[in-house]
Order: sequence, then structure tokens, then C-alpha cells
Amino acid sequence: MAVDVLIMPFTEFEFMRRALVAVIALSLGGAPLGVFLMLRRMSLVGDAMAHAILPGAAIGFLLSGLNLLAMTTGGLIAGFLVAILAGVVARSTGLKEDASLATFYLASLALGVTIVSIKGTNIDLLHVLFGNILAMDDQTLLLVAINATITMLVLAVIYRPLVIESVDPLFLRTVSRAGAPAHLAFLALVVVNLVSGFQALGTLLAVGLMILPAGIARFWSRDITPMICIAVASAMLSGYAGLVLSFQTRIPSGPSIILVAAVLYSVSILFGSVGGVVRQLFPRRHLEA
Amino acid sequence: MPAQLAFQNVTLGYDRHPAVHHLTGEVASGALLAVIGPNGAGKSTLLRGITGILKPLGGSISLGGIDTRDVAYLPQTSEIDRSFPISVYDFVGTGLWRKTGFFGGVGRGAREGIAQALAAVGLTGFETRGIGTLSGGQMQRLLFARVLLQDARLIVLDEPFNAIDAKTAADLLELVKHWHTERRTVLAALHDLEMVRVNFPEALLLARGPVAWGLTAQVLTPDNLHVAMRMCEAFDDGAAACAVDIPSRAA
Repeated sequence: MAVDVLIMPFTEFEFMRRALVAVIALSLGGAPLGVFLMLRRMSLVGDAMAHAILPGAAIGFLLSGLNLLAMTTGGLIAGFLVAILAGVVARSTGLKEDASLATFYLASLALGVTIVSIKGTNIDLLHVLFGNILAMDDQTLLLVAINATITMLVLAVIYRPLVIESVDPLFLRTVSRAGAPAHLAFLALVVVNLVSGFQALGTLLAVGLMILPAGIARFWSRDITPMICIAVASAMLSGYAGLVLSFQTRIPSGPSIILVAAVLYSVSILFGSVGGVVRQLFPRRHLEA
Repeated sequence: MPAQLAFQNVTLGYDRHPAVHHLTGEVASGALLAVIGPNGAGKSTLLRGITGILKPLGGSISLGGIDTRDVAYLPQTSEIDRSFPISVYDFVGTGLWRKTGFFGGVGRGAREGIAQALAAVGLTGFETRGIGTLSGGQMQRLLFARVLLQDARLIVLDEPFNAIDAKTAADLLELVKHWHTERRTVLAALHDLEMVRVNFPEALLLARGPVAWGLTAQVLTPDNLHVAMRMCEAFDDGAAACAVDIPSRAA
């Protein structure tokens, strides 16, 4: 029965309902940020940031064990530090943002793995690296929801300067001083959402629910507004389908969600209406004007 | 006529090396001024100084009471990401930033303004196209439409007719002359001396320092041009700190 497979897991088990709520919240906050990361050619920056929050989370872990609030706070502090330092270095010196961030995050990642290894077991390391969306307690769920809310509110405020800075940074600099604050706020939002994703998907995959939906959306729209909507929808779809897949099989939930997103991405590459492979191989007849 | 723009012994440059050296003078409100000179003469640097992107190494630039953010500036090489998914309509609409800001609505008046600006540059019908689909000339028309929408008292154009065809250049030049009739102050860095002679009442011949500044016919003399060409780009890594505090006077 389709109902048994698709709906029953969520009506029967509370941990599945919590996981679904978490994944929806993550999609609402993360996917729009992913679109901007992609359009600003910062997709790998998200990845770098995900690694950068590790030492903070590890220090939290070191101080209070597997306490999610402590790990989150530590992750936030580390993430902000790296994001702001990298941003400031890039803006005040000639160094490009990617190079600046790469140096910070590599040092950060090495530090993080060292800290976890010193005190924890391999299980701890696995939890930190891959997260566990099926073990969301009230506190964590609330945190994820608050982060999603903050993200949408702040993004609404900085949306215009962020778009203008992405398309024509010199113009924004001549008409406004909002560019730098908007950029820093954006980086901060990325960190906040990575920390959220970190609980559910782990450091390595947290960025997946941002970037993959953005990549999917790129194949279906030429305008940023629909692109954001498509990204959010496909993130939610991946989250839901990934949870169902994980429940029915033995695939861990985090990788399951990202794998579903990857399948959607592959389908988009093939059949997407904007630059999809099939559309390129079999172009429709050219227009009259 | 009050000055829209006043340079007080301005030196602009990069890493302490001056690209515009000790410039003093005024641009009257409503003037149409061509800034000419060989490559490396400091034209772009001067315009960047006016828009506030570049802080002077010495001296000061006063904008006749307007904020640098209210200067409309068309750079020579833009940093526009043409692959960004934004429509022609929305892109031109960013010219309204000073009015709308973060949250201001785009009402009927603003929408009419956008439509008029697009019509003025001949881009009606392109509203929903992505900016990545435009040709070089169409992109320049688009940038002029945005300048139009900025509705600025002071407009600064850096080689606005480079690499575009004669028809587009002529259309856009008409816009510049229209701004002049509206008593806006327009500065344009240009290379086409014929165009300057015919269309621009005033000219500033720059070669790091000002060579001549005033009525175009008196500036564009063979002697002046010869002097400007000879003042090559003197870049000396070991140059001593400039000891001149007497500004070089022009005009």
C-alpha cells in the first residue's frame, strides 16, 4: 500500500515527525541561501564554512559531552569567527575571498578533528561528521526552527542589496553603503544554517541541502525569484523522500536525503528546461525573431 | 552659475603614486564637460574620485552639497555578472535604489519611470529578457537607462561610447545632450576628439596634471594635444614624496 509506505512512518513514529519538521525548516532557511551561494560562485565556500564550524562544535563537545546546545554555540562562534575573519581579510587586502576562506577553514578543520579525537570515541566522531536527524530532541528542534525563522527575516531585509551586489557590485558601492553589511549578514546566515544542518546531516553533508536544491533550480528557471521557490520545494521533497527511503531501507537518514537530492539533480541535468542535456541535444526549431 | 563640482588641489592615485596630480578648478552647475587625454592620463581615476570610490591622496573634492551616493556613475569596465538571472526590467529598476532602498515599494509612478527609461534607450519589449541575452550595445543602452532612472544632478560617464556601433553611439549621445538641456551636470571621459569638438562645449585635457581646461575650441589646440601626448605615464617606484604644495592652476 502506498499509504503505508509514504504516510504511515510519520503517523506512527514521533521521531519521524520531528525529523520531517526539521527537514522542512532546514529547507526554508537553507535553500534560498544556497541559491545565492551558487549565483555568487560561492558553492564551495559553503562547504568550507561547514568544515570551519567543526572546532567550535568540538570544543563544545569537549566541555559538555554530546550536548547539542553547547556544540551549536561553539559551532556558531567558530563559524562566525572564520566567516568574518575571512571576509575582512578579503575586503581589506587583495586576497580573493575563496583563497582567504580556504586557509581559514583548512586550519579550522584540522583543529576540529584533533579536538574530537583527543577526547571522543569513533562513534562521537561519526556523529559529528554525519549527524542524526532521527534523534532531534525538543531543544534541537526549537533551535532549528528559530534559525530558519531568523534566516527568512534577515534575508528579506538584505535581499535587494544582496541581489544588486551579486549582479553589479560596483554600482551598489556607488549608491549605497549596504553592500558590506549585507555580505557579512549573508555569511552569518550561512553559518547559522550550517549549524542547524549540522545537527541533522553532520558537518560533511549539511551544505548538501543548500547547494543541491540550488543546482536543481538552476535547470528550471532563468529568474531568481522562481529559482528560490523551486530550490525550497526540491529541498523539502528531497527531505521527505529521503526520510521515507531511510525508513524503508537501511540507508542512514542524512545520506539518504542527500542521495534523493542528487537523483533530482541528475534528472534536472538531463531534462531541465533551462540548459538541460536533452533540450540541448534536441533543440526546438528556432524562432522567427 | 554656482559650482556643482569643485576640486581643491586634488591628488588621486594608487599606493601613494599619483594618477591625477594637484588638480584645482570648478565645474559649473549644468556644464557638459568632456575629459580627454591619452591612456593613463588619469581620466578614469578622476571620475572614480568624484564618485567616492577612490579617496583622494591629498586635497578635496566637493560636490556642491550632494551626497556621493547621488552621483550617477557609468564605469568604463563594469563588474556586472551577465550570467546572473535577473531581467532587464529588474536590472534597470535598481536605478531607483536611492528612492526605494531596502523595502520601498515600486509603485505605479516608478513602473512608469522604468518603462520610460527603457523606451528612451530603445529597449522597449526587452523587459522580461535576461541581461545575459543582450548584445554589447544593448547592454550599454541598458546602463544608460539605469543612469536615466537615477535622476541625478551630476552624471559621470567613463568612455561611454567605447566598442559600440555608430547608431547606438549617436542615440546615446542624444541622451547626453538631453541631460544637458535639463541643466544636469555631465562629465564624460572620451577619446573621439571630433565628437568632443561638435558636442561638448567644455573640455578638460588631462595628463596627470591639467594641461588645459575651458572652452573646447581653446583646449583642443595642436599645441595642447602635443604637450599632453608627451607627458607619458611617469611611474617611478622609487619616487620621493611630492614636495609641491602650490597647486597647478588651470582655466
